[in-house]
Amino acid sequence: MIRLTAITRTFYMGDQTVYALNNINLHIASGEYVSIMGPSGSGKSTLLNIIGLLDKPDSGNYELDNKLITDLSETEQAQIRREKIGFVFQSFHLVPRLTAAENIELPLILSGMPPAQRQLRVNDALQAFELTPRAHHRPSELSGGQRQRVAIARATIMRPSVILADEPTGNLDHQIGAEVMLLLENLHHGGTTLIIVTHDRELGARAHRQIAMRDGKILTDQTDDAH
Amino acid sequence: MTLTDTLHTSLKSVMSYRVRSLLIILAMALGVAAVVVLTALGDGARNYVVNQFSSIGTNLLVVLPGRAETSGAFLGAVLGQTPRDLTLKDAQLLGRLPQVRRYAPLNVGAAELSAANRLREVTVLGSTAHLIPIRHMKLAQGSFLAHGTERSAQIVLGVKIANEFFPRSQAVGQRVRLGDSRFLVSGVLASQGESMGYNTDEIVIIPIDYAQAMFNTTSLFRILVEAKSHSEIESAKQAILASLRQSHDGEDDATVITQDAILNTFDRILHALTLAVAGIAAISLLVAGILIMNVMLVAVNQRTEEIGLLKAIGATSTDIHRLFFAEAVWLTLVGAILGFLLGEFGSLLLRLTYPQLPAWAPAWAAIAGISVALVTGILASILPASQAARLDAVQALSKK
Repeated sequence: MIRLTAITRTFYMGDQTVYALNNINLHIASGEYVSIMGPSGSGKSTLLNIIGLLDKPDSGNYELDNKLITDLSETEQAQIRREKIGFVFQSFHLVPRLTAAENIELPLILSGMPPAQRQLRVNDALQAFELTPRAHHRPSELSGGQRQRVAIARATIMRPSVILADEPTGNLDHQIGAEVMLLLENLHHGGTTLIIVTHDRELGARAHRQIAMRDGKILTDQTDDAH
Repeated sequence: MTLTDTLHTSLKSVMSYRVRSLLIILAMALGVAAVVVLTALGDGARNYVVNQFSSIGTNLLVVLPGRAETSGAFLGAVLGQTPRDLTLKDAQLLGRLPQVRRYAPLNVGAAELSAANRLREVTVLGSTAHLIPIRHMKLAQGSFLAHGTERSAQIVLGVKIANEFFPRSQAVGQRVRLGDSRFLVSGVLASQGESMGYNTDEIVIIPIDYAQAMFNTTSLFRILVEAKSHSEIESAKQAILASLRQSHDGEDDATVITQDAILNTFDRILHALTLAVAGIAAISLLVAGILIMNVMLVAVNQRTEEIGLLKAIGATSTDIHRLFFAEAVWLTLVGAILGFLLGEFGSLLLRLTYPQLPAWAPAWAAIAGISVALVTGILASILPASQAARLDAVQALSKK
């Protein structure tokens, strides 16, 4: 469960104050599939970063699973990111010198899991995302779709309760993009909360709940009853 | 993140940037190698000098005329400021002291040596039979003033002189002329080469009485005294000074220099020199440290996106800090070990090239070289590692 109360985030551009998020109130229940849409500068990525604990609001409260986490220490927030949140980025953000398997393994290493256990989990993930034949290839040797599959495998390897995807199909062609979306939606069907930030209306419309933003405010928040 | 994972991950990172890592390792290795080789050279020179001094005798005391406290040990003697000369009588007095094992009065001069239609100028030492054992000289043939021949006109030749004058026949038993006197060659010194300023292969030794007559003097240049044991050197020195004071009407007009004191002085000077040389070499380690800092700062800049990603997937600032710190430790450690091996190899080459120089790097130098390298590398990593740890995840991820 995600609950944002009166969240404000400002940036300073010269002597001008820009409200990236202006008094945002939002509640997302566990297992929801939410898309956040809006033009550039509307604050959707900032909202995703705050939900993902990569950024801190200037004011307001953020509760995750009924726990107030706005005031937690940097280490405690890192632990929550590691255990409860998985990120999928538009530009994949894979470490170029590591193989697909090593990239997927990174969050497990950070968690301090023993190597033998890590190996089993990574093998499972490689199999689940059909990456076993590419396990020892570096990102430069993979296609765009394979790279994003590696990134999704990495995001889910810790079995997080929330997946945050920032334009996950932005760098992929239509067909590969659709395949990636199916992978993410499968995770949602497994009970994971899925929050997607996108420019793409068609992609946004696939979510059960669609939030539209402009100038740091939520314009509309619609739940599709058909789902 | 566990320590093993930190070390393993950072090692993989070091190995994936091969050229960069090799250059840093090389810089560090050269610094450590310079410390090891230069200290080996300095310590080798120190040991060489100390060995040279040790080879002139054991528990040796040198008595010379002149007051050390008024005009300096050597200066006074050289400038002839001695109120009273040392004589054979003084030498005999010293020989009776309980701390003294043996003594050898000494006169030094130059004279013309001629034999077998050959002629040359030689350095002449006038002394007694005890000079040979006191000065650790060895006779290759014959003897010098053996029992029953103490007052005979005999001469010992340095090996080079013997070979020059008697290349085809045995020198012992031959007759030579030194100055205006004739001598019977009773022995030939074994080859010892250069020692303490003169070449023992090119000297001749005659009895002290003949030397004093030849140089028309009753005074002595030095009296060499050997104490009974190392622990008795200081008491022997005091006893010698007291004895000479008594025989010289209460005047403190002689100086006693102990071999130990000279050795200690040289040891201190050369040790300081070794330290200074090692210090200069250590500067190259600092330069290597600055190189590490520079390259690591560039690496942080190049890997900003990776750092942002690590934070996004749950790395703490401490994890990032440790990863960069461990990279610096790897680079420094490998560089230091390689440098140590290079230094040892350099020392070996020195020993092979100059066999008389015991160029072994002392243990402290190797330990200090490696430690300074590690400390430098670690210090150099603090700034880049802190910079990496402080990076804002959102900004780092958005860097193209």
